[in-house]
Amino acid sequence: MTYVNALVQGIMLGGIFALAASGLSLMYGVMRIANLAHGDLMVLGAYVCALVATSLGVPLPLAALASMATLGTAGWLLQRLALDRAMRLGEMAPLLVTFGLSVVIPNVLLQIFTNNSRTISIGSLGTASFRMSSAVSVGWFPLLTLVIAVLVLGSLQLFLQRTQLGRIIRATSDDTRTVRLMGVDSRMVFGLASAASLATVALAGSLYAMRQGGITPFEGQSLVLFAFEAVIIGGLGSLWGTLLGGMVLGIAQAIGAVISPDLPLLTGHLVFLAVLAARPQGILGRRLA
Amino acid sequence: MTTVSSQRAVGTPRVRRGSSASSVAAAAVLALLVGAAALPYVVDPGYTSQLVKLFYLVTLASMWNLLAGYAGMVSIGQQAYIGLGAYGIFVFNDRGVDVWSATVLSALVVALVAWPVSYLAFRLRGGYFAVGTWVIAEVVRLVIVRFDQLGAGHGRGIETITSDPLVRRAYTYWLALAVMVAALIGVYALLRSRLGLDMQATRDNEVAAVSLGVRVTATKRMVFVLAAAGCAAAGAVICISGLGVADPGAIFGVQYSAFMIFMVVIGGIGTLEGPIVGALLYFALDQYLSQSGVWYLVILGVVAIVVALYLPRGLWGTFAHRTGFAVFALRYRVAQPEPEPGSAGRAADPAADAHDVAVTGPSRTGGEHK
Repeated sequence: MTYVNALVQGIMLGGIFALAASGLSLMYGVMRIANLAHGDLMVLGAYVCALVATSLGVPLPLAALASMATLGTAGWLLQRLALDRAMRLGEMAPLLVTFGLSVVIPNVLLQIFTNNSRTISIGSLGTASFRMSSAVSVGWFPLLTLVIAVLVLGSLQLFLQRTQLGRIIRATSDDTRTVRLMGVDSRMVFGLASAASLATVALAGSLYAMRQGGITPFEGQSLVLFAFEAVIIGGLGSLWGTLLGGMVLGIAQAIGAVISPDLPLLTGHLVFLAVLAARPQGILGRRLA
Repeated sequence: MTTVSSQRAVGTPRVRRGSSASSVAAAAVLALLVGAAALPYVVDPGYTSQLVKLFYLVTLASMWNLLAGYAGMVSIGQQAYIGLGAYGIFVFNDRGVDVWSATVLSALVVALVAWPVSYLAFRLRGGYFAVGTWVIAEVVRLVIVRFDQLGAGHGRGIETITSDPLVRRAYTYWLALAVMVAALIGVYALLRSRLGLDMQATRDNEVAAVSLGVRVTATKRMVFVLAAAGCAAAGAVICISGLGVADPGAIFGVQYSAFMIFMVVIGGIGTLEGPIVGALLYFALDQYLSQSGVWYLVILGVVAIVVALYLPRGLWGTFAHRTGFAVFALRYRVAQPEPEPGSAGRAADPAADAHDVAVTGPSRTGGEHK
């Protein structure tokens, strides 16, 4: 029964990984940029959320929205000021720039907020749960994050598939030059995609911190790995695959935690490497020609 | 590509590598190395142990440059091999091998480990390759700390090492120097070989390289394995100079990748000299700025971002590009013979006298971008 419980908890945990991975997937899907600072931006989003909540005294959902707006703006600026230029320089420059950011962000946070955990308390919601059976209980908050993850991934998918702007974004990703000939400002499109990506990053970071009860500056270093692993396990270019990938990773970590408390990281990584060895295109990914 | 037919000049153009300036520079490098080898007899051990750090930084930077600058593989997981190289010292030392021989054995064993690992890592490309190598490094760390005889999560010291501190420090210094020289000679020889041309062709245009018969994956795998061995040797030096590993989280830490990237990007990616310049600069910065703690890392990060965006060739790369100077003779140059007096006036064009036919810097045309 402990394993059934681990399965359920893993799926819940997967929700947060999938949410974290959606922004990564979006940025890679549109700009072909693998954002190595993704985890650190999540942490930054969590800090902004915590700061807004404590200093302005606003309720947490509003603080999370404020964090999304802040990081969304930062994403726009990042794209326009740095990544646009980096993309023109070749494949390597965006990696160097985002890796540079991943060094800068946690160290600035460390300098300002010290290495102590910055608490984000969600009160009784943090422990509230309902029982599915005698051994399996589901926390309301993890369930809520899973629902939010499904909603975010679903609406991103619908937005990209069904709306005019979504079509423009996909077209820009496929062939920037032709789209520009059609009168589309590709820099605007990239800026928007980056803003949307970082807004989801802020949401994921805030929810992650609420789930953990707090956040420390260097947690981004493991979060970025989880997000990438979710994307690759699920299959590149498939948002539903990302959700599935997040869940597979979550289950792997939860089952590792049942075996031994120091194992979840290792089992998660090993499942990722196993998928890489057995099915490199990911679970839902299409095999490249 | 080594012969360029010329219609206007009479006689056969000569193709050669390097220039007279690079011969002078090479002699200077040789003299510098001989001087460096004699240093433990001359100066206080305090200085030589500082230089040990410089030497392993140069080694690490050259290895990362080989991967990213010449073979186009951005790895942020080289700490896997640095850590394994360091822990290899314990494994061999515990079995009675002296630490100096253990360094060589450690590098060889890590190369053997990197070979199968490359099959896994090469399933990913670009940014995903970068993260994949990082995950592999984490897995290696998590596995190593499960061994109690390796000190588990606390690190451990070397059991048997030369007890006389003066002799030990001199030996450590020579080891670090030897590892660095071996790494530099290795990279130099590799780049002058056919494999080096294959690598650069692959980096610049993989499709074209494949169509010309370059065995792309085999070439990359070779580079991956060699870079792992080089990083392992550097890791062994780090372990020996610290008399052990104090913190497995540090020796397997991603900050080593950050330092390597910083040195190579600032110095000049895709040049042999660039990583050395970057390592010297980082070493100097480290001496003065490391007291300022956290801001120091912030400055490193910001500088790396700015250089990656606005000076993509790096310091040495920009200098070499402007002057055409190179310490290590890698490029092919075509020297046109002297034109006959009174022949076509176009020969007055000085730029026509020497063409670089193999450009060693990464091509930075943005034309392929989508």
